[in-house]
Amino acid sequence: MTLTLGHFLSLGAMLFALSVIGIFLNRKNLIVLLMAIELMLLAVNMNFVAFSHFLGDMHGQIFVFFILTVAAAESAIGLALLVLLFRNKSNINVDELNSLKG
Amino acid sequence: MDVKTGLFYLFAAVLLFASFRVITARNPVYAALYLVLAFFQASAIWLLLRAEFLAISLVLVYVGAVMVLFLFVVMMLDINVDSLRQGFWKHFPLAAAVGALIALEMAAVLMGGFRLGEAPRAVAAANSSNTLELGKLLYSEYLYPLEIAAVILLVAIIAAIALTLRTRKDSKYVDPADQVRVKARDRVRVVQMPVTRAAEPVVEAPAEAAAPAAKENKA
Amino acid sequence: MSATLSASTLLAVPMAPLVGAALAGIFGTKFGGNHIGRKITHSLTILGVFVAFVISALTLKSVIVDGARFNQTLYEWMVVGGLKMEVGFMVDGLTAMMMCVVTFVSLMVHIYTIGYMEEDEGYNRFFAYISLFTFSMLMLVMSNNMLQLFFGWEAVGLVSYLLIGFWFNKPTAIFANMKAFLVNRVGDFGFILGIGLIAAYAGTLNYTEAFAKAGTLGGITFPGTDWMLITVICICLFIGAMGKSAQFPLHVWLPDSMEGPTPISALIHAATMVTAGIFMVARMSPLFELSDTALSFILVIGAITALFMGFLGIIQNDIKRVVAYSTLSQLGYMTVALGASAYSVAVFHLMTHAFFKALLFLGAGSVIIGMHHNQDIRWMGGVRKYMPITWITSLLGSLALIGTPLFSGFYSKDSIIEAVKESHLWGANFAYYAVLIGVFVTAFYSFRMYFLVFHGKERYDQNPDAHHDDHHAHDDHGHGHGHDDHKPHESPWVVWLPLVLLAIPSVVIGFLTIHPMLYGEFFKDAIFVDATKHHAMKELEEAFHGAGAMALHGLQTMPFWLALAGVALSYYMYMVNPALPAAIKRAFGPVYRLLENKYYLDWINENIIARGARALGMGLWKGGDQALIDGAVVNGSWKLVGRISGVVRWLQSGYIYHYAFAMLLGIFVLMTYFVWFKR
Repeated sequence: MTLTLGHFLSLGAMLFALSVIGIFLNRKNLIVLLMAIELMLLAVNMNFVAFSHFLGDMHGQIFVFFILTVAAAESAIGLALLVLLFRNKSNINVDELNSLKG
Repeated sequence: MDVKTGLFYLFAAVLLFASFRVITARNPVYAALYLVLAFFQASAIWLLLRAEFLAISLVLVYVGAVMVLFLFVVMMLDINVDSLRQGFWKHFPLAAAVGALIALEMAAVLMGGFRLGEAPRAVAAANSSNTLELGKLLYSEYLYPLEIAAVILLVAIIAAIALTLRTRKDSKYVDPADQVRVKARDRVRVVQMPVTRAAEPVVEAPAEAAAPAAKENKA
Repeated sequence: MSATLSASTLLAVPMAPLVGAALAGIFGTKFGGNHIGRKITHSLTILGVFVAFVISALTLKSVIVDGARFNQTLYEWMVVGGLKMEVGFMVDGLTAMMMCVVTFVSLMVHIYTIGYMEEDEGYNRFFAYISLFTFSMLMLVMSNNMLQLFFGWEAVGLVSYLLIGFWFNKPTAIFANMKAFLVNRVGDFGFILGIGLIAAYAGTLNYTEAFAKAGTLGGITFPGTDWMLITVICICLFIGAMGKSAQFPLHVWLPDSMEGPTPISALIHAATMVTAGIFMVARMSPLFELSDTALSFILVIGAITALFMGFLGIIQNDIKRVVAYSTLSQLGYMTVALGASAYSVAVFHLMTHAFFKALLFLGAGSVIIGMHHNQDIRWMGGVRKYMPITWITSLLGSLALIGTPLFSGFYSKDSIIEAVKESHLWGANFAYYAVLIGVFVTAFYSFRMYFLVFHGKERYDQNPDAHHDDHHAHDDHGHGHGHDDHKPHESPWVVWLPLVLLAIPSVVIGFLTIHPMLYGEFFKDAIFVDATKHHAMKELEEAFHGAGAMALHGLQTMPFWLALAGVALSYYMYMVNPALPAAIKRAFGPVYRLLENKYYLDWINENIIARGARALGMGLWKGGDQALIDGAVVNGSWKLVGRISGVVRWLQSGYIYHYAFAMLLGIFVLMTYFVWFKR
């Protein structure tokens, strides 16, 4: 059977679902949290590229370009924060990050 | 099933497996490596979709820079691996529920919204390169966002450095603002003293005491 | 309207006392620097009142002889939505008579005060106040519109307050002046409602314009009820009169007002201020004639006052309070006359009463200073030997009061009794018997006081409080008595001259003026009587055959015999058999207690009404303001916000994955909505 848009979209959906599960499962590991965010962005990119291909519109790929840029910037800063956090608390336990509690 | 479909299924399967292992790996280094694998598979899929430039940039930028950065950080931090998985299975039901929720949402959107069965529409010309097309659009219509993206990257650099910079403890650096704010009063204290003072009388006793002692010694 | 009076001359009448009051009040007191001394102060103020009196007398002559009238606006203050508020004078027979009475009595009181308040520190302040009072009362009686009437009304109330509390360091005086002001306020509430209704329905405050519309007003009902509008208006206006003229139940302030110095008791609470209510009703006679209900109401209230206040006068021991209750009773008589549509008779009695009651008060004051400020009649007696002029004038005043034929009081009181007999309104019967029995009671208490003070054994040294008061009094005095000399002595000429000058009209004025006033043209255009509905005046006119004949006939009527009986009984009880009053008091203990407590009205006012009002205020404060508004609304709102936020706070767990979950849920809800329900 030929590949349809549906295939790619479901792939993207499954990736997204996996990454969201990853956020909820990893209470103790902040790094995996950041990685799950990267996966999320990958899923979105997948969707964009698929649409761009199937609709013949280049704008989708342009958008992926920018998402890539921003994702890179965001992961850099996220890791910097992680490093700082580790310096102060000597662990990367997400469960302990609740000082902004109401 | 033709080659393209088969390759797609292969890449998709590995991708899904890799992402699953990302979130369930015990060792964060393994998780990072699995993420690298996932990106490679995604890149391959994008090649199938004829988005060559993006596929390559995914590998070069994402895997080559971002994931390497991840690995740097993972290996730099002295993480206690054992405690990482505590309480993992306790939260599994919630996570599973969330996953199911998302799947439902996606299904609803997909079933309702999109004309899924159509064949892909053709791009401008069969042998126009993807990069060329991307470039044409990027530098004309999206010039401004491009510049802003550059600024975002600059901001990221500055932010990352500013956040984690540690100064040397023996550095003699002084904040210029503090230097300017200094007042004479903080540095110098003028004490009133008489200009001249009579000389203190010489104390005779120890000399006298020393003299007989010396005499005794001599004697 | 044959001749008109001059506006500037008329203006001088209220202005002269005002100028005197201002000069005395500012420069004579500490307020302005104590620049002028006592002699100049009293000369200035007396000059002011004298000028006012002379002009008033000339005006009266113009009114009677030349038929002059005046009704003009002198100053338009403002016009608000068609309602004119102005200062103007209306001078006709009624006004001219009131002007003369007010200025004459005021002049007498001014002269009297020179002697009475000689040792008082507030001498200048007192003169300023009584001149100010004269100004206010004149503005009241000369006004040609209801706004100015109300201004004068309030101003006399204010000056009354100032004067009752003249000795402001005495707590009883302060209690009394507040009581007077507040009870008056209750009356003023009704009064201003009445004025407001007139302004609303007639569109004007001017007397002549409002009376012109009286006919149309008489046909309207009060919206929302089936009461006649005119009845409501008249009753509201009369409530004002009840407050000012101390009718039951708003009479409670008058006995307490005796805390003020005696001159003002004479001026304000006998002759002038308390008669403002009577004057007002007479002035508004075109309105009152249209409402029989209101007239019945007036009759009944007046009758109750006339009779029951008289009873209270029987047991009083303070000389001033006897005269005060007598005033209340006589005001009741005037009110009864108003109710019987005999407005001219009421005003006539107002005039005669002003003279002999002022005389009685000033005489009492003379006795008081003669007795070294002792006011208790139980410790007087035989004063006639030491104070002959005071004795004779007080006797003449008392004879006038009880209605001895040929004296002025006889003509006015008997006319009232006859008028009430002729009236057929509801309550007229009760009123008739009330005023008739009142004659007996009046005679009894008047001569009880007379005998106890001027005749009988001298009881000066039996006064248990005498030494106390004497020592205090002597500290202020510079009389130069010896300490053991308790005997009274005649007062100085400034004190007995007004007594003599007041005694003359008390005796003769009734005889001289009854014909022109009641049955002549004097009040022709001032007072309006609907003769077809209320024919009391017509009957009186038919029965009148001249003043002398009336006096002769009077010897054969019930009032005369009742008065005689009253005098005889008081003579028996207090001269012949002095032990009898004490025995009666023991026998009728509960009755005595009822009278002593003034029918418990004061008790009701203080404990039920005042305490109730305070309790209501406290309740509204604690319950309404503190608990409800502060507690529930103000404090409650932030507490509620706090509680809600305390609950909402749980959403801020601090954990990122909780927030992510919330976002996810939100997306799910929105997506479900847009996908399933909006398709």
